[in-house]
Amino acid sequence: MIGKCSSCFMKVNGLPNVKTCREPVKDGLVIERQAGWISPDTNNEESSSVELREIDVDVLVVGGGPAGLSAALKASEYGLDVAVVDEHFKIGGQLLKQTHKFFGNVELFGGMRGFQIAEEYSKKLKSSEKIRVLTRSVVYGVFRGGLVGVIGENTHYVVKPKVVVGSTGAAERYLDFLNNDLPGVVGAGGVQTIMNEYGVKPGESALVVGSGNVGLIVAYQLLQAGVAVRAIVEILPEVGGWFVHAAKVRRYGVPILLQHTVKAVYGDGRVREVEVVAVDENFNPVPGSEKRFKVDLVLLAVGLEPDTRFFSQCGAVMKWSPELGGLVPLRTLDLETSVRNLYIAGDASGIEEATTAIMEGQIAALSAVSKLADRSKAGRAEEEMEKICKFLWEDYRTSPVLARARRGKQLVTVSREEMEKIRVTYPPRVSFG
Amino acid sequence: MGEAVKKLDNVVIICRCNDVTVNDIKKAIEMGIDDFELLRKYLRLGFGPCQGRSCIVLAARIFARASGKKIDEVLSNYRVRPPIVPVSARYFTRGAEA
Repeated sequence: MIGKCSSCFMKVNGLPNVKTCREPVKDGLVIERQAGWISPDTNNEESSSVELREIDVDVLVVGGGPAGLSAALKASEYGLDVAVVDEHFKIGGQLLKQTHKFFGNVELFGGMRGFQIAEEYSKKLKSSEKIRVLTRSVVYGVFRGGLVGVIGENTHYVVKPKVVVGSTGAAERYLDFLNNDLPGVVGAGGVQTIMNEYGVKPGESALVVGSGNVGLIVAYQLLQAGVAVRAIVEILPEVGGWFVHAAKVRRYGVPILLQHTVKAVYGDGRVREVEVVAVDENFNPVPGSEKRFKVDLVLLAVGLEPDTRFFSQCGAVMKWSPELGGLVPLRTLDLETSVRNLYIAGDASGIEEATTAIMEGQIAALSAVSKLADRSKAGRAEEEMEKICKFLWEDYRTSPVLARARRGKQLVTVSREEMEKIRVTYPPRVSFG
Repeated sequence: MGEAVKKLDNVVIICRCNDVTVNDIKKAIEMGIDDFELLRKYLRLGFGPCQGRSCIVLAARIFARASGKKIDEVLSNYRVRPPIVPVSARYFTRGAEA
């Protein structure tokens, strides 16, 4: 869906479990379907050899979305050496598929489209001598001595960072209903990848599940691409997203069915029909209220879950936060987790939005600078960090649309003193620095 | 492979990597599995190539409802081990001599 799940796994050139959502097309590429259990092809002879490389950096940024890119840029501005690891062949994370304009003031990219922000960051990062960008590379684990394992194209990197900024983003939520594994059931973000990033029409007619901003925006984008949107269903009694996005799809006559959910999809080999059902105030289905729509796409826009597996593996103390979408690490105001020198920024720290992700990335980077740079730079970094923190918490996040995320982030933020106590009680498995 | 495709008819899938269904989870709970980590090991939830990025929260919700526990309690022992993303084994068998 957005590069996190296994929905798009196919056999590519004999290699199973390849995420085709991020695999660029090449001459001679052999792609085979994959369903159920696969047996690894032991005869697969990939002749290219593996190079082992050790890298020492000041800051390792895991994930090149808005949070990671802003962190990398900020750290480099203060003279730190940075490596950015990203799974995709292009950096920008979810910005790459955001074709809508951002709101807000110009300093925070207001008026620009998401992919343009990604391009701007990409240019700046490439022109910096302090930043090394590893695309098509994944962090697969962290090991004793604070070593981070990264697999890139034919290269196995062992990175020894002084500081790690984990900006690992989020995964789309899946939903349990009958036949939910039929091809045609897709994440809204997955459709945005296919449609907005690669320019492929994903289907002919669609039903969107969830009326948050993602659901509303993708419904509008489907209409623009010539896909009929039969309806948007929302389990809650009110529309989740902003009025401006809801108004756009309503103008096209798309019904938004409140207090409705998906009961089942049907089809032979792929989705042909979807059945929705009304729910009561306890979210129980109301018998007899079923409606069917002929569609070939069912888009799940039912929220995101922070992808915090990297932090879990490091032994960071985690907390379940319904406001933030799942398990997230506890952190200090400057975004350091209970693993010393491991910072968190962006949606991984709790689902919010790209603009707050950018600010969080800067805060994490500036805190790193205050530890690693010489005294004059450290002082300046601290001042800048305090300014951004103040603006983020006391201005930007006071917007009513961020109230829930703000409350969630308050609940998982602890003081530095409390964090020291947590480190004694729950010593992390690794340390960086 | 044919069997796996047949199994996909009229079921509610929770884990797409290992084809674990809602019924598999319910049956396991009825059998007496009362710990989420045990359930994960029994059904291989989160052991597939996506490492639980789609299934864990859905499965934890079902388990919480069935056991009367809170979701944070259910997930309190949740352990993540490397590799946290699928990587080809050849990276660990070649190049080590460098």
